[in-house]
Amino acid sequence: MSMSKRIITFEQAINEATFQEMERDKRVFLFGLDVTDHKKIFGTTNGLEKFGKDRFFGTPLSEDAMTGVALGAAITGLRPIHVHIRVDFLLLAMNQLINMAATVSASSAGKLQAPLVIRAIIGRGWGQGFQHSKSLQSLFAHIPGLKVVMPSRPYDAKGLLVSAIRDNNPVIVLEHRWLHWLEGDVPTELYTVPIGKSHVLRKGRDITIVATSWMNVEAAKAAEILSTMHGVEAEIIDPRTIYPLDDEAIVQSVSKTGHCIVADYDFEFCGFSAEVAARVAEKCFNKLKSPVRRIAFPHVPCPTTRPLENAFYPNAITIIREVEKKLGLKEADLRDENFYSWENKFRGPF
Amino acid sequence: MKLIEIYRKIYLIRKAEELIIAHYNEDEMKTPMHMSMGEEAIVVGVLASLQKKDQVFGTYRSHGLYLAKTDDTDSFFAELYGKVTGSARGKAGSMHLAEPEKGMVLTSAVVATTIPVAVGAALANKIQKNKKIVASFFGDGAVDEGVFWESLNFACLKKLPILFICEDNNLAIHSPIHERRGYTSLTQVVSQFNCHVATSATTDVFEIEKITHEMLKKMKKTGKPGFLYLQYYRYLEHVGVSEDFHFGYRSKKEFLKWKKVDPLSVARKYLLANHVTEAEITKTENRVDRILTRSLNKAKKAPYPADAELFTDVYV
Repeated sequence: MSMSKRIITFEQAINEATFQEMERDKRVFLFGLDVTDHKKIFGTTNGLEKFGKDRFFGTPLSEDAMTGVALGAAITGLRPIHVHIRVDFLLLAMNQLINMAATVSASSAGKLQAPLVIRAIIGRGWGQGFQHSKSLQSLFAHIPGLKVVMPSRPYDAKGLLVSAIRDNNPVIVLEHRWLHWLEGDVPTELYTVPIGKSHVLRKGRDITIVATSWMNVEAAKAAEILSTMHGVEAEIIDPRTIYPLDDEAIVQSVSKTGHCIVADYDFEFCGFSAEVAARVAEKCFNKLKSPVRRIAFPHVPCPTTRPLENAFYPNAITIIREVEKKLGLKEADLRDENFYSWENKFRGPF
Repeated sequence: MKLIEIYRKIYLIRKAEELIIAHYNEDEMKTPMHMSMGEEAIVVGVLASLQKKDQVFGTYRSHGLYLAKTDDTDSFFAELYGKVTGSARGKAGSMHLAEPEKGMVLTSAVVATTIPVAVGAALANKIQKNKKIVASFFGDGAVDEGVFWESLNFACLKKLPILFICEDNNLAIHSPIHERRGYTSLTQVVSQFNCHVATSATTDVFEIEKITHEMLKKMKKTGKPGFLYLQYYRYLEHVGVSEDFHFGYRSKKEFLKWKKVDPLSVARKYLLANHVTEAEITKTENRVDRILTRSLNKAKKAPYPADAELFTDVYV
């Protein structure tokens, strides 16, 4: 099939995947708190009214029960997409998610299947604080029976969401809010990006950066600067799926570069970054020229005030400084560089 | 359903559990038993009014529900013995009995957790217009959980074809209702929701069948969910196969009061009073006894799942 070139945003890609899958398969329906209001979850649920109130509806504030409802519909023949405007609200549904959705297949010898998609918005906003900005992929990926995907490009957003909808297991799709405005090439046709397949975002020979979600944007900026200022070529690997993890591309890359930084958009302790670091240590031990370094969130609730929020979140500069340390390079002068700032998109007040 | 058939189910459940009691000490059924004894009339009575295609959801105390819905004594005992011939190839055990193909969709070991899932199934049935009714069974402890109220609210809001059955034995493990509730009447609170409510403390399976039948008629007419509040007495300890009156948290006197209206003997008397002969009853009982013994022996001889099955069906 020839794929047409077309630039749209991540948000439009999510919307298009949903729309096209709902057109293709009448078992697919989408619901959640505020999905039908005027803001339409960053625009991702625009236009779904077309499918009627049975297939697109808002809910009472009952995350726990609504997750059970999604599960019940999934095991009896439908394919629900349950949307959460903040991943933090999903914590109210951990019982249904972990005790129930994750176990129905194993506990029924495969007689029950739960083709259930849970979309949740994650990440930093404008002073969102510690209950409106978590990511939690490490938490979800820890649970057998769940799959977790984190697209970072519009192309992957559409393809992975389509795969998630067609998957017969519960799949959690974590979308960083800032990514929703990111533009990229997305074919108009329906296509899938396989769950459990890493993607090499940038080729390089000197150092491997494994990055999740928004950290891919920061890593790409860091790589550009490292190349022009130091002649260092970083290879960036976006796992795209947290579980099941495809570590082959990571192992191949680190075997070539000998250096590995994991830039994960989640808490560092017991986190996904630790899983990747352990695998690299196990599988690339003889190839490593330096210890694996992790860049992730410190073990604190994310503060609201801007200076501390800035201190909490790692970014492109954090990555550049780590690479310089690792390779014994002098710190580059970054004063004239233009880094991503939330302020460029939204100045407030909220 | 014929009288003798309803009686057969009650007898089947009672005798299946008596067999469990007789063999549990051999320590081959390595799964915590939450016994149905005392509750039989509720599951059999409600199911007698439902259709085969209808779906039921239960709890960790679902020996009765499983047998009433599936009649499958082979898979029942095999599951309790952890054998590959069990309903879930031994992976689930007593607390997770299910047979989705027969409408025995799901049970769970965490209180109240199948209630919203049952509501989801009812939503799917309504959307798919397949006319199936969902019956969600849970104990009185489950209404202490927030998710019960969330689920009831959503089912009433969306007018879903679901029948909630609260089986009240007055105990959440060992805590009586008066130590757990800051309100007087559950049914009064529930009746503020847009659903039909009925209540009874009968142990007469035929009475429960009638109550359920009336409820289903109302539900069909209005499209609203139903809520049955049915009281019974838990004969045995919360978990395990013994009596536990010596611990003093409940009195044997109360048990003896309920035992006088034991669901099995009440049903048997009803049959005799309604022209079913003693010979016919005995014949049915003997047949059930034979089937149960055969299933138990089959389960004992069946193989355990192979180690490789540890990894099967986690993802599909």
